[in-house]
Amino acid sequence: MATLKINNINKNFGKTEVLKGINLDIADGDFLVLLGPSGCGKSTLLNTIAGLETSNSGEILIDNYKINDMEPSDRDIALVFQSYALYPAMTVKKNVTFGLEQRKISKEKIQESLNNVAGLLQIEQLLERKPSQLSGGQRQRVAMGRALVRDPKIFLFDEPLSNLDAKLRVEMRREIKKLHQKLKTTIVYVTHDQTEAMSLGTSIAIMNHGVIQQCDRPEIIYKKPENVFVADFIGSPSMNLIKGRLIKEGSDFSFECINSNKTTKIPIINYNFINKNVKNNQEVLFGIRPEHIYLSKIIKNEYEIKLKAILSEYIGHEQIITFNYFDQELLGKFPSSNTISMNKDLNLFFDLDQISIFDRETKERL
Amino acid sequence: MEKNNLKLKDLEKSSKIKKTFYRWILFIILGIFAIYYISPLYVMLVTSFKSIEEIRQGNLFSLPSTLNFDAWIIAWQGQTFNETSGLKMDAGNVFLKNYFWNSMKMVVPAVLISTILGALNGYALTKWRFKYDNIIFLLFLFGTFIPYQAILLPMARTLGVLGLSNSITGLVFVHVIYGLCFTTLFCRNYYVSISDEIIRAARIDGAGFFTIFFKILLPISLPILVVTVIWQFTQIWNDFLFGATFSFGDAAPIQVALNNMVLTSTSVKRYNVDMAAAIIAGIPTLIVYVLAGKYFIRGLTAGSVKG
Repeated sequence: MATLKINNINKNFGKTEVLKGINLDIADGDFLVLLGPSGCGKSTLLNTIAGLETSNSGEILIDNYKINDMEPSDRDIALVFQSYALYPAMTVKKNVTFGLEQRKISKEKIQESLNNVAGLLQIEQLLERKPSQLSGGQRQRVAMGRALVRDPKIFLFDEPLSNLDAKLRVEMRREIKKLHQKLKTTIVYVTHDQTEAMSLGTSIAIMNHGVIQQCDRPEIIYKKPENVFVADFIGSPSMNLIKGRLIKEGSDFSFECINSNKTTKIPIINYNFINKNVKNNQEVLFGIRPEHIYLSKIIKNEYEIKLKAILSEYIGHEQIITFNYFDQELLGKFPSSNTISMNKDLNLFFDLDQISIFDRETKERL
Repeated sequence: MEKNNLKLKDLEKSSKIKKTFYRWILFIILGIFAIYYISPLYVMLVTSFKSIEEIRQGNLFSLPSTLNFDAWIIAWQGQTFNETSGLKMDAGNVFLKNYFWNSMKMVVPAVLISTILGALNGYALTKWRFKYDNIIFLLFLFGTFIPYQAILLPMARTLGVLGLSNSITGLVFVHVIYGLCFTTLFCRNYYVSISDEIIRAARIDGAGFFTIFFKILLPISLPILVVTVIWQFTQIWNDFLFGATFSFGDAAPIQVALNNMVLTSTSVKRYNVDMAAAIIAGIPTLIVYVLAGKYFIRGLTAGSVKG
């Protein structure tokens, strides 16, 4: 049970800045997911929290106590590694209890904790085996057991599921979620998989180039991305970003795509501009997710348009259709039960409650 | 269609012939090489069991008429008692027994110390990276290219200053220093392939530098330790130059004694004793290879440790 605070952490490897002024505030029992493409600094941040790497400046506080200069083993954290990092020469039992033995905890206590954890993770029958005799999923469990057994203040996970096959990954994801519900410990979890991030996190911090782009609840991240990077990173396929500009009409704005005949304008109603200085003719990107484009009228605040389908990708339960929107590609996601014919005009409905508008220069949300 | 089948049948036939032909050529060539390699050992063995008279009669490759161990005993402990003539056969003043143990006393500590230190070096160089560690490693690598002869004089001086001249301890010291570059290189290359995350996990678990080394890393280092042990054992046991330079008289290792024995016998060349002595001097390395050879190949080709 602990809070974690990160104040203005900077980290360089030689001349390359890996972390640039990271600030995070994680409440007790929070499940924070650090999400980003490879090389964005998320693992470095995790290692810095763990104490395996030192930051060049900034503070890390657990329960408001500064831990910057403490050894990894003294920080009362546990880390689950991507490769599981089990000790090859030790049995599962030894693997799990090694940390406790190093801390000179009594044999009875160790046995008790071991029994608890083994029961919780259902690894009782594996205790006498060596890591090489375990399957990927079993190794994963043991690695988690090693972290759990110490009952640390904070759990750190470094892409723990990325070495598992797709099916097992979904299973383990659910188990981690269950575990968090049960134990209610503070968790920091690194991943590059957005589904994992969305389904696990109580909050998500999206990182790119050593900067946190947005940190919020998953729903907000999905619905109101703060910049183009977040909009593009979250969602599959990612958000359509149509180039164009804003036209002021009375008190309201409408969006006009480049290359469009001046008559097709998308009205922007009920959109909360964060930036109050939105100008007439401002160059913007109009963002709408493929899943917010419909084939029939089912929403209130919508915009109807006729577009030609030019490409169809069938992916089982869904199909992704590419449309030509004034020479820009526009993707739509529909149930695969709909039959869509190519190269014919089709009536589409944009859900205008779900749109995002970004400045084309600053790439920030307007 | 039929024509095609016929053609394929012809091709099949000719490829079969080719296969057997090449097989035979291969076996013949390999056989020749094998004989070429094994024949000196054969000659040594049969000669060591022959008496001097038998050797003088001439055929190098003929089997000995009787199994005569005299030469072996003379080589080992200097004299033997000839049962048929009832005469004590003298062997001259050099025999191997004492020097064999000299070598053992030198080889065992030198191998153990250089292996452990090499493993520690490799561990530190890969898992506890520090500034300029690459340069240090480069220097170690460079050390493996230094020839024996280059360090003779400075080492003699150093041993003199340390008061270790002409002693087993001095030889152990020399061999540890000289072997360290090799053992470090071997172990470093092995440890580089072991995941850093294991070390990090252990650090978070609260293990320190030496605990991680002894409890986590050493138990999975067997393949490379066997390689370094074999390498070092062979190098040190077979070394003549350091032994001849830094020791003399009773403190000399077996290779030096073997040389003295073969060169200083006064009267007749006793080929049988020389051969027996040479085999005795080679036996320990053979034993090490037989016992650990399986791991040697494994360790040399090791790149990955499952876990």
